[in-house]
Amino acid sequence: MSAKIKENELPEGFKDIRCIICPTGCLVHVENVNGELIMEGHSCKRGEEYAREEFVAPKRILTTTMLVENGFLPLIPVRSDKPIPKEKLRDALKKIAQTVANVPIKMGDILIENVLGLEINIIASRDLIEI
Amino acid sequence: MKKYKVDVAVIGGGSAGLAAAIVVKKAELDVLILERDKELGGITLQCIHNGFGLHEFEEELTGPEYVQRFINRAKDLNIPSKLDTMVIEFTPDKTIYAVNNMEGLIEIKAKAIILAMGCRERTRGAINIPGFRPAGIFTAGQAQRFVNIEGYLPGRTFVILGSGDIGMIMARRLTWEGCEVKAVVEIQPYVSGLIRNEVQCLEDYGIPLITSYTITKIHGKERVQGVTISKVDRNFDRVIGSDKFIECDTLLLSVGLIPENELTREAGAKISQMGGPVIDNNLETTIEGVFACGNVLQVHDLVDLVTAEAKRAGLNAVEYVKERYDIKVEKKDQIICTFGENVNYIKPDLINRTDLSKDIIFTFRVKRPDRRLLIQFKDDKNKIVYKRKKIYVIPSEMIELKLNLSEHQIDPDCKRLEVEVIPRPEVLIEED
Ligand SMILES: Cc1cc2nc3c(=O)[nH]c(=O)nc-3n(C[C@H](O)[C@H](O)[C@H](O)COP(=O)(O)OP(=O)(O)OC[C@H]3O[C@@H](n4cnc5c(N)ncnc54)[C@H](O)[C@@H]3O)c2cc1C
Ligand code: SF4
Repeated sequence: MSAKIKENELPEGFKDIRCIICPTGCLVHVENVNGELIMEGHSCKRGEEYAREEFVAPKRILTTTMLVENGFLPLIPVRSDKPIPKEKLRDALKKIAQTVANVPIKMGDILIENVLGLEINIIASRDLIEI
Repeated sequence: MKKYKVDVAVIGGGSAGLAAAIVVKKAELDVLILERDKELGGITLQCIHNGFGLHEFEEELTGPEYVQRFINRAKDLNIPSKLDTMVIEFTPDKTIYAVNNMEGLIEIKAKAIILAMGCRERTRGAINIPGFRPAGIFTAGQAQRFVNIEGYLPGRTFVILGSGDIGMIMARRLTWEGCEVKAVVEIQPYVSGLIRNEVQCLEDYGIPLITSYTITKIHGKERVQGVTISKVDRNFDRVIGSDKFIECDTLLLSVGLIPENELTREAGAKISQMGGPVIDNNLETTIEGVFACGNVLQVHDLVDLVTAEAKRAGLNAVEYVKERYDIKVEKKDQIICTFGENVNYIKPDLINRTDLSKDIIFTFRVKRPDRRLLIQFKDDKNKIVYKRKKIYVIPSEMIELKLNLSEHQIDPDCKRLEVEVIPRPEVLIEED
């Protein structure tokens, strides 16, 4: 099975992407052939979409911890409220490591606004009270 | 000794205990959660990654977010809990003994008990490895707690034994914290956790997954200095000449989980061969009025399924207190559930004959991955009661089936039901 999709800004070359949508784990070959996206190996529409996104602009929700001062616990688990481009994950992690949060914190509180100018916020994953 | 009386006592305040307590409280019974930790939430609090809640909330949450929603609900409903309170014993007449700093030893008399104590990590597999017992050997869950809750790193360079989800998730987490994960070593020829975790936690960071290998020596006297890994053949015997040394200062074990059985066993409830307590289709253990749910019953990979199971346990405990508590019920007439080809265990262990016309939820796992299969339920006369096709099975994914057996013409005198997962016969393959 193959699918062709037109794109303006496609990365060069090819990638073999393992689909993670379901346990079948199809290996999808995605290749940019003269500005046209050729895909092979997926068994369904969801897999096609996933592999395409993974080739064009892979993103991940970032989950980590941030230091807190005077908290019931020394750390607060945090996440990005939207998926972050994969190549920006390291920088976002660095930024979070340099930040210290203040208690009390409620789940969903924005702890870093507009991280790296990506229009993505880093939010708290739980409530945290004072020590 | 301080004494309490409640309708339903819940032992363990993790995802399972919280969901069960909420259901009981909504049915307007008195409920009390007993939790040994200093806060409610259980293991999910340390699972800070996302991937929780797709079934329950239809969105992808982190572990803490998922359980915070239940903590908030419990708070809104004024559900009482005792924290820092460790249950040390319960008896078949449903008296619980627990200890805490404030009150010392306390006694709680309950009409029904819900067991929700979760599971513990296996350390088997490390016990037999030759070498000294240097510092620097942890379970993956311990390491997860250190890094995500207590805020320190247990080492710098890691090897992880076992490719379970917790181990793979920790591989990524440690990499993000600046540590080096040299390899994840798996004795089976396939990854034991989810493909999603293999891709997003290992492949994304170029961490090698070495399958059909195991650790055969731990080096170092004071502190781990490295491990020797060796290839194994189909029978898991070491292949001579395949040894490789990997330098590391810490070894993490991610070799599986087992239900926390101590209290349950000591109370005299039957424990299944493959893990948690023996239960009937109402999640009731062999002690009347004592129910089990969550990881203490069977190890779950999805917290959503834990929640669903816990709600059922809560409802059944309510039904027990309201309808059965005061009546002496005669011995139950039950059908035994067993497992055959490529099935590791099945829950429930017993089906009450009186419940045959109800929906029964069966859960089980396969022993090894396979494709193009048939899931079959057979009775004691080898008659097939139910069958269904399945494209793909792996041990890391629990299979759940809801069945109304009376709709499938089960022999009313049937004594035993066996589930098996077998290759699909040719004829059926052509049908797809
Ligand atoms: C490390 C790990 C990672 C996981 N990752 C995921 C994931 O990514 N996605 C997903 O959907 N699911 C995941 N799961 C599965 C899911 O989170 C768990 O199956 C679920 O949270 C278990 O809930 P529980 O209430 O049964 O157990 P727990 O959350 O473990 O709760 C048990 C509670 O009982 C308390 N307790 C135990 N004994 C006593 C006693 N004697 N007295 C008083 N209290 C006691 C414990 O302190 C604990 O709070 C993971 C599980 C583990 C173990
Ligand atoms: S392509 Fe479709 S069938 Fe294949 S793994 Fe992805 S979702 Fe599953």
